[in-house]
Amino acid sequence: MREPRVIARLDIKSPNVIKGVRLEGLRVVGDPQALATKYYEAGIDELVYMDIVASLYNRNSLEDILRRAAENVFVPLTVGGGVRTVDDVHRLLHSGADKVAVNTAATRDPSLIKAVAERWGSQCMVLSVEAKRIGPGKWEAFTDNGREHTYRDVVEWVQEAASLGAGEILLTSVDQEGTKKGFDIELCRAVTAVVEVPVILSGGMGSLADARAAVKDGGADAIAVAHCFHYDLFSVGQVKEAVA
Amino acid sequence: MTIGVVDYGIGNLLSVCRAVAVCGGNVKVLSTPAEVPAVDRLVVPGVGAFGDCAAALRDQGFWEPVVAFAASERPFLGICVGMQMLFDVGLEFGQHQGLGILPGQVVEIDRLRPDGTVRKRPHIGWVGLQRPEGRTWEGTILEGTDEGTKFYFVHTFSAVPEVTSDRLADVDYDGFRVSAAVNRGNVTGTQFHPEKSGPAGLAVVSRFLKQ
Repeated sequence: MREPRVIARLDIKSPNVIKGVRLEGLRVVGDPQALATKYYEAGIDELVYMDIVASLYNRNSLEDILRRAAENVFVPLTVGGGVRTVDDVHRLLHSGADKVAVNTAATRDPSLIKAVAERWGSQCMVLSVEAKRIGPGKWEAFTDNGREHTYRDVVEWVQEAASLGAGEILLTSVDQEGTKKGFDIELCRAVTAVVEVPVILSGGMGSLADARAAVKDGGADAIAVAHCFHYDLFSVGQVKEAVA
Repeated sequence: MTIGVVDYGIGNLLSVCRAVAVCGGNVKVLSTPAEVPAVDRLVVPGVGAFGDCAAALRDQGFWEPVVAFAASERPFLGICVGMQMLFDVGLEFGQHQGLGILPGQVVEIDRLRPDGTVRKRPHIGWVGLQRPEGRTWEGTILEGTDEGTKFYFVHTFSAVPEVTSDRLADVDYDGFRVSAAVNRGNVTGTQFHPEKSGPAGLAVVSRFLKQ
Protein backbone atom coordinates (compact mmCIF):
# COMPACT_ATOMS: atom_id res chain seq x y z
CA MET A 1 0.00 0.00 0.00
CA ARG A 2 1.20 3.44 -0.90
CA GLU A 3 1.67 5.66 2.13
CA PRO A 4 1.83 9.36 1.34
CA ARG A 5 5.00 11.00 2.59
CA VAL A 6 5.01 13.97 4.91
CA ILE A 7 7.88 16.33 4.20
CA ALA A 8 9.01 19.36 6.15
CA ARG A 9 10.00 22.26 3.95
CA LEU A 10 12.69 24.63 5.18
CA ASP A 11 12.95 27.83 3.18
CA ILE A 12 16.44 29.13 3.77
CA LYS A 13 17.70 32.67 3.77
CA SER A 14 21.09 31.89 5.13
CA PRO A 15 21.79 31.39 7.96
CA ASN A 16 18.11 31.10 8.92
CA VAL A 17 14.93 29.26 8.10
CA ILE A 18 12.41 31.87 7.05
CA LYS A 19 8.75 31.84 6.16
CA GLY A 20 6.64 34.18 4.14
CA VAL A 21 3.24 34.47 2.54
CA ARG A 22 3.03 33.67 -1.16
CA LEU A 23 6.81 33.33 -1.02
CA GLU A 24 7.17 36.96 0.07
CA GLY A 25 7.24 39.04 3.29
CA LEU A 26 9.77 36.83 4.96
CA ARG A 27 10.13 36.27 8.67
CA VAL A 28 12.88 34.44 10.49
CA VAL A 29 11.66 31.15 11.97
CA GLY A 30 14.84 29.72 13.41
CA ASP A 31 18.02 27.74 13.00
CA PRO A 32 17.96 25.15 10.18
CA GLN A 33 19.79 22.50 12.17
CA ALA A 34 17.60 22.87 15.24
CA LEU A 35 14.45 22.55 13.12
CA ALA A 36 15.81 19.65 11.05
CA THR A 37 16.72 17.76 14.21
CA LYS A 38 13.35 18.47 15.77
CA TYR A 39 11.45 17.18 12.71
CA TYR A 40 13.72 14.16 12.38
CA GLU A 41 13.13 13.20 15.99
CA ALA A 42 9.40 13.61 15.44
CA GLY A 43 9.50 11.05 12.61
CA ILE A 44 9.47 13.21 9.49
CA ASP A 45 9.71 11.27 6.19
CA GLU A 46 11.97 13.72 4.35
CA LEU A 47 13.29 17.26 4.47
CA VAL A 48 13.33 19.81 1.65
CA TYR A 49 15.67 22.81 1.81
CA MET A 50 14.89 25.68 -0.52
CA ASP A 51 17.41 28.48 -0.75
CA ILE A 52 15.11 31.39 -1.47
CA VAL A 53 17.89 33.89 -2.05
CA ALA A 54 19.88 31.54 -4.23
CA SER A 55 22.76 33.88 -4.80
CA LEU A 56 26.17 32.50 -5.59
CA TYR A 57 27.39 34.21 -2.44
CA ASN A 58 25.19 31.92 -0.36
CA ARG A 59 26.28 28.65 -1.95
CA ASN A 60 28.89 27.75 0.62
CA SER A 61 26.65 28.38 3.55
CA LEU A 62 23.87 26.25 2.00
CA GLU A 63 26.37 23.44 1.62
CA ASP A 64 27.36 23.87 5.25
CA ILE A 65 23.73 23.64 6.32
CA LEU A 66 23.38 20.38 4.38
CA ARG A 67 26.60 18.95 5.72
CA ARG A 68 25.50 19.61 9.25
CA ALA A 69 22.12 18.01 8.58
CA ALA A 70 23.73 14.90 7.10
CA GLU A 71 25.69 14.49 10.34
CA ASN A 72 22.70 13.39 12.37
CA VAL A 73 19.53 13.50 10.28
CA PHE A 74 19.05 10.11 8.65
CA VAL A 75 16.18 10.76 6.24
CA PRO A 76 16.33 11.88 2.60
CA LEU A 77 17.37 15.49 2.03
CA THR A 78 16.32 17.45 -1.04
CA VAL A 79 17.85 20.81 -1.82
CA GLY A 80 16.80 23.47 -4.29
CA GLY A 81 17.17 27.14 -5.11
CA GLY A 82 19.73 28.47 -7.53
CA VAL A 83 20.83 25.11 -8.94
CA ARG A 84 22.14 26.13 -12.35
CA THR A 85 24.57 23.54 -13.62
CA VAL A 86 25.60 19.90 -13.38
CA ASP A 87 28.52 21.10 -11.25
CA ASP A 88 26.12 22.71 -8.77
CA VAL A 89 24.30 19.37 -8.52
CA HIS A 90 27.56 17.53 -7.97
CA ARG A 91 28.58 19.84 -5.14
CA LEU A 92 25.21 19.64 -3.40
CA LEU A 93 25.12 15.83 -3.61
CA HIS A 94 28.58 15.69 -2.13
CA SER A 95 27.45 17.98 0.67
CA GLY A 96 24.88 15.40 1.74
CA ALA A 97 21.85 16.03 -0.48
CA ASP A 98 20.07 12.98 -1.90
CA LYS A 99 18.02 14.86 -4.45
CA VAL A 100 18.23 18.23 -6.11
CA ALA A 101 15.24 20.41 -7.02
CA VAL A 102 15.60 22.57 -10.12
CA ASN A 103 13.29 25.35 -11.31
CA THR A 104 14.72 28.42 -13.08
CA ALA A 105 17.64 26.77 -14.83
CA ALA A 106 15.41 23.97 -16.13
CA THR A 107 12.84 26.39 -17.53
CA ARG A 108 15.63 28.20 -19.38
CA ASP A 109 17.36 25.06 -20.59
CA PRO A 110 15.32 21.87 -20.14
CA SER A 111 18.30 19.77 -21.24
CA LEU A 112 19.68 20.26 -17.71
CA ILE A 113 16.96 17.86 -16.52
CA LYS A 114 18.21 15.19 -18.88
CA ALA A 115 21.84 15.79 -17.95
CA VAL A 116 21.13 15.40 -14.23
CA ALA A 117 18.89 12.35 -14.69
CA GLU A 118 21.43 10.62 -16.91
CA ARG A 119 24.30 11.19 -14.55
CA TRP A 120 22.68 10.47 -11.19
CA GLY A 121 19.35 8.82 -12.04
CA SER A 122 15.92 10.37 -12.29
CA GLN A 123 15.29 9.74 -8.56
CA CYS A 124 17.83 12.50 -7.96
CA MET A 125 16.21 15.05 -10.28
CA VAL A 126 13.24 16.84 -8.73
CA LEU A 127 11.47 19.42 -10.85
CA SER A 128 10.40 22.36 -8.72
CA VAL A 129 7.39 24.23 -10.09
CA GLU A 130 6.04 27.53 -8.76
CA ALA A 131 2.52 27.53 -10.14
CA LYS A 132 0.27 30.57 -10.33
CA ARG A 133 -3.34 30.34 -11.40
CA ILE A 134 -3.91 32.48 -14.48
CA GLY A 135 -7.42 31.37 -15.38
CA PRO A 136 -9.97 28.62 -14.79
CA GLY A 137 -8.05 25.31 -14.80
CA LYS A 138 -4.93 27.07 -16.04
CA TRP A 139 -1.60 27.71 -14.30
CA GLU A 140 1.64 29.32 -15.36
CA ALA A 141 5.06 28.27 -14.09
CA PHE A 142 6.97 31.09 -12.37
CA THR A 143 10.48 31.44 -11.02
CA ASP A 144 12.21 33.61 -8.42
CA ASN A 145 9.64 33.05 -5.68
CA GLY A 146 6.70 33.64 -7.94
CA ARG A 147 7.99 36.90 -9.40
CA GLU A 148 9.26 36.00 -12.87
CA HIS A 149 7.11 34.69 -15.71
CA THR A 150 8.24 31.70 -17.75
CA TYR A 151 5.11 31.76 -19.92
CA ARG A 152 5.08 27.98 -19.62
CA ASP A 153 1.81 26.21 -19.00
CA VAL A 154 2.27 24.08 -15.85
CA VAL A 155 0.47 21.03 -17.22
CA GLU A 156 2.55 21.05 -20.39
CA TRP A 157 5.78 21.83 -18.57
CA VAL A 158 5.55 18.94 -16.09
CA GLN A 159 4.96 16.51 -18.94
CA GLU A 160 7.97 17.79 -20.84
CA ALA A 161 10.12 17.65 -17.71
CA ALA A 162 9.00 14.11 -16.83
CA SER A 163 9.77 12.95 -20.35
CA LEU A 164 13.28 14.41 -19.97
CA GLY A 165 13.84 12.43 -16.80
CA ALA A 166 12.49 14.41 -13.83
CA GLY A 167 11.76 11.69 -11.27
CA GLU A 168 9.58 13.73 -8.96
CA ILE A 169 7.71 17.03 -9.01
CA LEU A 170 7.66 19.51 -6.16
CA LEU A 171 4.54 21.47 -6.97
CA THR A 172 4.16 24.75 -5.09
CA SER A 173 1.08 26.88 -5.42
CA VAL A 174 2.26 30.48 -5.21
CA ASP A 175 -1.33 31.62 -4.66
CA GLN A 176 -1.83 29.41 -1.59
CA GLU A 177 1.68 29.43 -0.15
CA GLY A 178 1.80 30.66 3.46
CA THR A 179 -1.92 31.49 3.51
CA LYS A 180 -3.12 28.47 5.52
CA LYS A 181 -6.17 28.46 3.23
CA GLY A 182 -5.56 24.95 1.95
CA PHE A 183 -3.62 23.40 -0.92
CA ASP A 184 -4.54 24.04 -4.56
CA ILE A 185 -6.19 20.66 -5.05
CA GLU A 186 -7.29 21.37 -8.59
CA LEU A 187 -3.70 22.16 -9.57
CA CYS A 188 -2.54 18.91 -8.03
CA ARG A 189 -5.20 16.92 -9.89
CA ALA A 190 -4.25 18.57 -13.16
CA VAL A 191 -0.63 17.55 -12.68
CA THR A 192 -1.11 14.04 -11.26
CA ALA A 193 -3.45 13.32 -14.17
CA VAL A 194 -0.67 13.79 -16.72
CA VAL A 195 2.55 12.49 -15.14
CA GLU A 196 3.53 9.04 -13.88
CA VAL A 197 6.14 10.25 -11.39
CA PRO A 198 5.42 11.13 -7.74
CA VAL A 199 4.10 14.62 -6.99
CA ILE A 200 4.84 16.52 -3.77
CA LEU A 201 2.21 19.18 -3.16
CA SER A 202 3.32 22.32 -1.37
CA GLY A 203 1.74 25.56 -0.28
CA GLY A 204 -1.25 26.45 1.81
CA MET A 205 -1.85 23.80 4.43
CA GLY A 206 -3.83 25.16 7.36
CA SER A 207 -5.64 22.12 8.73
CA LEU A 208 -5.43 18.34 8.90
CA ALA A 209 -8.37 18.21 6.50
CA ASP A 210 -6.21 20.08 3.98
CA ALA A 211 -3.53 17.39 4.29
CA ARG A 212 -6.10 14.66 3.75
CA ALA A 213 -7.59 16.45 0.76
CA ALA A 214 -4.18 16.82 -0.92
CA VAL A 215 -3.80 13.07 -0.93
CA LYS A 216 -7.38 11.83 -1.32
CA ASP A 217 -8.70 14.48 -3.71
CA GLY A 218 -5.53 15.85 -5.25
CA GLY A 219 -3.79 12.51 -5.69
CA ALA A 220 -0.58 13.89 -4.15
CA ASP A 221 2.08 11.30 -3.31
CA ALA A 222 3.54 13.54 -0.66
CA ILE A 223 2.89 16.90 0.97
CA ALA A 224 5.43 19.51 1.93
CA VAL A 225 4.58 21.40 5.10
CA ALA A 226 6.25 24.54 6.39
CA HIS A 227 4.06 26.94 8.36
CA CYS A 228 2.08 24.29 10.26
CA PHE A 229 5.27 22.66 11.51
CA HIS A 230 7.32 25.79 12.09
CA TYR A 231 4.59 27.31 14.24
CA ASP A 232 3.66 24.02 15.93
CA LEU A 233 0.06 23.99 14.68
CA PHE A 234 0.29 20.23 14.22
CA SER A 235 2.80 17.54 15.04
CA VAL A 236 4.46 15.38 12.39
CA GLY A 237 2.56 12.41 13.83
CA GLN A 238 -0.80 14.15 13.49
CA VAL A 239 -0.20 14.99 9.85
CA LYS A 240 1.06 11.49 9.05
CA GLU A 241 -2.04 10.05 10.64
CA ALA A 242 -4.25 12.43 8.66
CA VAL A 243 -2.85 11.35 5.30
CA ALA A 244 -2.54 7.60 6.01
CA MET B 1 37.53 -3.34 13.19
CA THR B 2 37.35 -1.40 9.93
CA ILE B 3 34.26 -0.97 7.78
CA GLY B 4 35.19 -0.22 4.20
CA VAL B 5 32.81 1.78 2.01
CA VAL B 6 33.60 1.40 -1.67
CA ASP B 7 33.98 4.77 -3.39
CA TYR B 8 33.71 4.17 -7.11
CA GLY B 9 32.52 7.66 -7.97
CA ILE B 10 28.78 7.08 -7.63
CA GLY B 11 26.69 9.40 -5.49
CA ASN B 12 26.82 10.51 -1.93
CA LEU B 13 28.82 8.44 0.54
CA LEU B 14 28.47 10.99 3.32
CA SER B 15 25.28 9.54 4.78
CA VAL B 16 26.42 5.92 4.61
CA CYS B 17 29.70 6.79 6.31
CA ARG B 18 27.99 8.91 8.91
CA ALA B 19 25.44 6.18 9.67
CA VAL B 20 28.22 3.64 10.22
CA ALA B 21 30.10 6.13 12.38
CA VAL B 22 27.16 6.97 14.68
CA CYS B 23 26.62 3.25 15.13
CA GLY B 24 30.15 3.03 16.47
CA GLY B 25 31.92 1.74 13.37
CA ASN B 26 35.38 2.76 12.23
CA VAL B 27 34.68 3.83 8.63
CA LYS B 28 37.19 3.84 5.84
CA VAL B 29 36.32 5.19 2.41
CA LEU B 30 38.00 2.91 -0.12
CA SER B 31 39.07 4.80 -3.20
CA THR B 32 41.45 2.18 -4.55
CA PRO B 33 40.78 -1.54 -5.12
CA ALA B 34 43.94 -2.54 -3.27
CA GLU B 35 42.37 -1.37 -0.01
CA VAL B 36 39.42 -3.77 -0.23
CA PRO B 37 40.99 -7.01 1.06
CA ALA B 38 42.23 -5.40 4.28
CA VAL B 39 38.86 -4.32 5.74
CA ASP B 40 36.73 -6.38 8.12
CA ARG B 41 33.36 -5.50 6.63
CA LEU B 42 32.48 -4.14 3.23
CA VAL B 43 29.68 -1.81 2.12
CA VAL B 44 28.90 -1.30 -1.56
CA PRO B 45 26.48 1.62 -2.04
CA GLY B 46 24.97 2.58 -5.37
CA VAL B 47 22.52 5.04 -6.89
CA GLY B 48 21.43 5.74 -10.44
CA ALA B 49 21.42 3.19 -13.22
CA PHE B 50 22.57 -0.42 -12.89
CA GLY B 51 24.69 -0.26 -16.05
CA ASP B 52 26.50 2.92 -14.98
CA CYS B 53 27.25 1.55 -11.52
CA ALA B 54 28.48 -1.79 -12.88
CA ALA B 55 30.66 -0.03 -15.47
CA ALA B 56 32.15 2.30 -12.86
CA LEU B 57 32.88 -0.61 -10.52
CA ARG B 58 34.63 -2.47 -13.31
CA ASP B 59 36.49 0.52 -14.80
CA GLN B 60 37.94 1.41 -11.45
CA GLY B 61 39.15 -2.10 -10.80
CA PHE B 62 36.82 -2.87 -7.89
CA TRP B 63 35.03 -5.78 -9.59
CA GLU B 64 37.35 -8.68 -8.66
CA PRO B 65 38.25 -7.46 -5.16
CA VAL B 66 34.54 -7.03 -4.35
CA VAL B 67 33.66 -10.52 -5.64
CA ALA B 68 36.61 -11.97 -3.71
CA PHE B 69 35.51 -10.18 -0.53
CA ALA B 70 32.00 -11.62 -0.86
CA ALA B 71 33.53 -15.09 -1.18
CA SER B 72 35.36 -14.62 2.13
CA GLU B 73 33.52 -15.11 5.42
CA ARG B 74 33.43 -11.42 6.19
CA PRO B 75 30.13 -9.48 6.30
CA PHE B 76 29.23 -7.75 3.03
CA LEU B 77 26.40 -5.25 2.54
CA GLY B 78 25.13 -3.93 -0.80
CA ILE B 79 22.74 -0.98 -0.65
CA CYS B 80 20.16 -0.11 -3.36
CA VAL B 81 21.98 -0.54 -6.70
CA GLY B 82 24.75 -2.08 -4.57
CA MET B 83 22.26 -4.85 -3.75
CA GLN B 84 21.01 -5.10 -7.32
CA MET B 85 24.54 -5.64 -8.61
CA LEU B 86 24.86 -8.79 -6.49
CA PHE B 87 22.73 -10.53 -9.11
CA ASP B 88 23.64 -12.00 -12.51
CA VAL B 89 22.07 -9.46 -14.76
CA GLY B 90 20.37 -6.05 -14.77
CA LEU B 91 17.81 -5.09 -17.39
CA GLU B 92 17.94 -1.29 -17.05
CA PHE B 93 18.60 0.46 -20.40
CA GLY B 94 19.78 -2.79 -22.02
CA GLN B 95 21.27 -5.89 -20.47
CA HIS B 96 24.16 -5.52 -18.04
CA GLN B 97 26.24 -8.11 -16.28
CA GLY B 98 26.11 -8.03 -12.49
CA LEU B 99 28.58 -9.43 -9.98
CA GLY B 100 26.83 -12.82 -10.14
CA ILE B 101 27.15 -13.45 -6.41
CA LEU B 102 23.45 -14.36 -6.18
CA PRO B 103 21.44 -15.94 -9.00
CA GLY B 104 18.67 -13.79 -10.40
CA GLN B 105 18.01 -10.65 -12.37
CA VAL B 106 16.97 -7.06 -11.84
CA VAL B 107 13.80 -5.99 -13.65
CA GLU B 108 11.73 -2.85 -14.03
CA ILE B 109 8.79 -2.44 -11.65
CA ASP B 110 5.61 -3.04 -13.67
CA ARG B 111 4.04 0.15 -14.96
CA LEU B 112 0.48 -0.98 -14.29
CA ARG B 113 -1.18 -2.09 -11.09
CA PRO B 114 -3.40 -5.19 -11.08
CA ASP B 115 -6.44 -2.93 -11.60
CA GLY B 116 -4.91 -1.39 -14.72
CA THR B 117 -4.12 2.00 -13.20
CA VAL B 118 -0.64 3.48 -13.36
CA ARG B 119 1.86 2.64 -10.63
CA LYS B 120 4.06 5.66 -9.91
CA ARG B 121 7.74 5.24 -10.71
CA PRO B 122 10.24 5.77 -9.26
CA HIS B 123 8.83 3.97 -6.22
CA ILE B 124 9.58 6.48 -3.47
CA GLY B 125 8.53 6.09 0.12
CA TRP B 126 8.54 4.33 3.45
CA VAL B 127 7.25 0.77 3.35
CA GLY B 128 6.88 -1.96 5.98
CA LEU B 129 9.00 -5.10 5.58
CA GLN B 130 7.43 -8.53 5.27
CA ARG B 131 9.27 -11.68 6.26
CA PRO B 132 8.97 -14.34 3.55
CA GLU B 133 7.44 -17.55 4.85
CA GLY B 134 10.00 -19.93 6.27
CA ARG B 135 12.73 -17.27 6.42
CA THR B 136 14.23 -16.38 9.76
CA TRP B 137 15.76 -13.01 10.56
CA GLU B 138 17.84 -14.50 13.39
CA GLY B 139 21.52 -13.89 12.84
CA THR B 140 20.87 -11.44 9.98
CA ILE B 141 20.93 -7.65 9.81
CA LEU B 142 17.16 -7.74 10.46
CA GLU B 143 17.46 -9.53 13.78
CA GLY B 144 15.59 -7.41 16.31
CA THR B 145 13.60 -5.61 13.61
CA ASP B 146 9.83 -6.11 13.84
CA GLU B 147 7.91 -7.19 10.79
CA GLY B 148 6.12 -4.18 9.35
CA THR B 149 8.88 -1.76 10.32
CA LYS B 150 9.14 0.90 7.63
CA PHE B 151 12.22 1.71 5.62
CA TYR B 152 12.90 4.25 2.88
CA PHE B 153 12.88 3.05 -0.72
CA VAL B 154 13.67 4.92 -3.91
CA HIS B 155 14.00 2.83 -7.06
CA THR B 156 12.49 1.94 -10.41
CA PHE B 157 14.10 -1.48 -10.80
CA SER B 158 13.83 -4.42 -8.48
CA ALA B 159 15.74 -7.67 -7.96
CA VAL B 160 14.11 -11.02 -8.59
CA PRO B 161 16.17 -13.67 -6.75
CA GLU B 162 16.11 -17.07 -8.41
CA VAL B 163 16.60 -18.89 -5.14
CA THR B 164 13.68 -18.38 -2.75
CA SER B 165 15.81 -18.79 0.35
CA ASP B 166 17.92 -15.76 -0.67
CA ARG B 167 14.90 -13.53 -0.05
CA LEU B 168 15.32 -11.96 3.38
CA ALA B 169 12.47 -9.44 3.20
CA ASP B 170 9.86 -8.31 0.70
CA VAL B 171 7.57 -5.33 0.42
CA ASP B 172 4.40 -4.93 -1.53
CA TYR B 173 4.20 -1.95 -3.85
CA ASP B 174 0.60 -1.74 -5.03
CA GLY B 175 0.58 -5.41 -5.96
CA PHE B 176 4.19 -5.65 -7.14
CA ARG B 177 6.47 -7.78 -4.98
CA VAL B 178 9.68 -5.90 -4.32
CA SER B 179 12.63 -7.84 -2.99
CA ALA B 180 13.51 -5.53 -0.11
CA ALA B 181 16.48 -7.43 1.29
CA VAL B 182 18.43 -10.52 0.31
CA ASN B 183 20.89 -12.62 2.22
CA ARG B 184 23.03 -15.69 1.77
CA GLY B 185 25.68 -16.42 4.35
CA ASN B 186 27.88 -13.37 4.83
CA VAL B 187 26.38 -11.52 1.87
CA THR B 188 23.42 -9.18 2.42
CA GLY B 189 21.74 -6.61 0.24
CA THR B 190 19.05 -4.04 0.97
CA GLN B 191 16.97 -2.34 -1.68
CA PHE B 192 15.98 0.20 0.96
CA HIS B 193 18.43 2.78 2.29
CA PRO B 194 19.29 2.00 5.92
CA GLU B 195 21.24 5.26 6.08
CA LYS B 196 18.07 7.19 5.17
CA SER B 197 15.57 5.18 7.21
CA GLY B 198 15.81 6.96 10.54
CA PRO B 199 16.30 4.99 13.78
CA ALA B 200 15.07 1.73 12.18
CA GLY B 201 17.76 2.05 9.54
CA LEU B 202 20.47 2.79 12.08
CA ALA B 203 19.42 -0.34 14.00
CA VAL B 204 20.07 -2.36 10.84
CA VAL B 205 23.48 -0.74 10.42
CA SER B 206 24.31 -1.52 14.07
CA ARG B 207 23.32 -5.12 13.49
CA PHE B 208 25.61 -5.27 10.46
CA LEU B 209 28.49 -4.08 12.64
CA LYS B 210 27.81 -6.84 15.17
CA GLN B 211 27.60 -9.69 12.66
